Amino acid sequence: MKAVTWAGPNHVEVRQVDEPVILNERDAIVRVTSTAICGSDLHLLDGYVPTMQNGDVLGHEFMGEVVEVGPGVDPSRLRVGDRVVVPFPIACGSCNACAAQLYACCENSNPNAGIAEKLYGHPIAGLFGYSHLAGGFAGGQAEYARVPFADVGPLKVPDGLTDEQVLFLSDILPTGYMGAEMCDIQPTDVVAVWGAGPVGQFAIDSARMLGAAMVVAIDKEPYRLSLAEQAGAIPINFTEADVRAELLELTGGRGPDKCIDAAGMEATHGSMPIDVYDRAKQAVRAETDRPHALRQAILSCRSGGIVSVIGAYGGFIDKFPVGAWMNRGLTLRSGQCHVQRYMAPLLERIQRGDIDPTRVITHTMSLDEAPHAYDLFKNKQDDCLKVVLRP
Amino acid sequence: MTARHHRTRQRASTDPGRWGRRLGWLSIGLGTLHLAAPGLVRRVGGVDDSAASRTVVRLIGARELVHGAGLLFGRNTRGWVWSRVGGDALDLASLGVALARRRGIRRARLMGATGAVLAMTAVDVATAVRAGRSRARRLMELTGTTTIRRPRSDVYAFWRRLENLPRFMTHLDEVEEIDARHSRWRATAPFGRTVSWDAEIIQDIPDTRIAWRSAGDAAVRNLGTVTFTSAPDGVSTEVRVRIAYDLPGGRLGAAVAKFFGEEPHQQVADDLRRLKQALETGDVVRSEGALWGERARKEFPQRPAKPPRADELVRGADELVRAANELVRGGLA
Repeated sequence: MKAVTWAGPNHVEVRQVDEPVILNERDAIVRVTSTAICGSDLHLLDGYVPTMQNGDVLGHEFMGEVVEVGPGVDPSRLRVGDRVVVPFPIACGSCNACAAQLYACCENSNPNAGIAEKLYGHPIAGLFGYSHLAGGFAGGQAEYARVPFADVGPLKVPDGLTDEQVLFLSDILPTGYMGAEMCDIQPTDVVAVWGAGPVGQFAIDSARMLGAAMVVAIDKEPYRLSLAEQAGAIPINFTEADVRAELLELTGGRGPDKCIDAAGMEATHGSMPIDVYDRAKQAVRAETDRPHALRQAILSCRSGGIVSVIGAYGGFIDKFPVGAWMNRGLTLRSGQCHVQRYMAPLLERIQRGDIDPTRVITHTMSLDEAPHAYDLFKNKQDDCLKVVLRP
Repeated sequence: MTARHHRTRQRASTDPGRWGRRLGWLSIGLGTLHLAAPGLVRRVGGVDDSAASRTVVRLIGARELVHGAGLLFGRNTRGWVWSRVGGDALDLASLGVALARRRGIRRARLMGATGAVLAMTAVDVATAVRAGRSRARRLMELTGTTTIRRPRSDVYAFWRRLENLPRFMTHLDEVEEIDARHSRWRATAPFGRTVSWDAEIIQDIPDTRIAWRSAGDAAVRNLGTVTFTSAPDGVSTEVRVRIAYDLPGGRLGAAVAKFFGEEPHQQVADDLRRLKQALETGDVVRSEGALWGERARKEFPQRPAKPPRADELVRGADELVRAANELVRGGLA
């Protein structure tokens, strides 16, 4: 079968690989009908996530039809022929983390937990197509994918909904939603969102859905900001304006009550010298992540506010504004999205028309065009916001 | 939610490293003194009348710094201690020459210096000999702990049925229960051939604790205990394991030590992770990168995260044997 594979930094290749087989009793094999490229795939492409190997199949946002189930899969939960969306964290459903609905911290799904434990102190869940640190699982940018613990994660999709409407339940819609949910949004709240990529857009939608008084979007790409504006957010272009001053102006000097970092480890900074400083540190691995958005969110947030981090970070940063965070009583919340927790309620919202996930799609391509698609997305060419691949 | 812990440690019963480090610091101190205050050293040693001693004292200082660095940062403690003994012999020879040529107060000071070097030599020789011996035989003690979301009775019952042990302990091929107390254990590594030994359960407190030890003339005598306690959440069980291997001298001990690798505790942590997977999910989790599941000795190197070929799946079963054979070639050669 065809699969999108990692071939080294800045290099993806579509290659012929074997078709997946059942490895564990609770596996299922899914024929992929739609899959997407995620902003966090760009961290892999750029070589900032360790333990990638040449030949790793990429992709953690996918859906399709179940074509085979292992002998351990409960037939009342999943059968051959079911149409499913697959959540990107792999979760066993029976450990203490899963019992607490912390699916992205599943204690059993990462066979390489020992390595993750060394880096993070405790292991993280296995993730599809996201390095050997996250388990070494083949991803879903392929014609077929193996899905472990198939009776726990995959969500059956009712007829009448298109792939485009439900595909993003696999990651970016629940991720954006969790970013807003962690903010405990009150009707009086001003919510600022750093990063107007696909996750940022869904964080904006979710913040409005949860009743925020005002939502502000911070980015540098005019096409992304105008999309955020169409969704009801006030845009700030950080290459043209002083973000903190603008936020103070918008909030009568208080600062936003809640801040969402939807940018993560490869953020850029409006100030050239600061940007160069962190890029240089990252290049020589003196820090692994560039925390511009996080620093600015902490410094902008009103005292006692909440900073919610859903942009992906991988390792270590420096100049974390710990004094501002501590002395002004800020709450920092974070997490890889516990997707399984949000899929069913968000599916209902899609069915009710509360939210339209298709609005972020700018490109639909075949699997063969994946290298070009990665290129467009990474370099923000052709106003690329979200690419759906059709195997 | 109950946090999960994997804590492990290793301890050697005799520690040549501690004395080696003390001697290392002594060398650094002496070396610094010789280089920083050669005049003082020459006066106290009674050789301040010789121009040549100026150079000799500095050379001794430099040599001691090298010894100190070797002892503190080098891998071969024993080698460096023996090299200190060599240095002692040189010093004694020099002192002998100097003694033969001097009278009076200088001679008395030289006698004092010689006494000090003789005492130092005795300590060095004793440390070197002990370092040699401890290499010959040592106790390797490994501990690990995990929390499993199953009742104590389930976890105890799974472990007490010793036939289950190879499902999560990678180094075991088979455990056969002979009677309620006695069992026969079989492992492939680290010899590339099968070794087996008898074990007996020496303590068995249902739902609480199991202790066992090797019986008869096991090549590697070992002792293990596992305890089961209820976690504060009232649902989960905390498992604590302690295993001690009495590593024999020579190539066998070296091969076993090498089998466990640089981080022997990691083996216990990985074993417990697989135990948790088996009890909580019914299976040991495999990924495309970590294909071999319970047969995997190490997490890395991995195969790429892409679907395996049919022949790779078959080969997986032989992975342990292959790894063991490699060890024999590398470790016993």
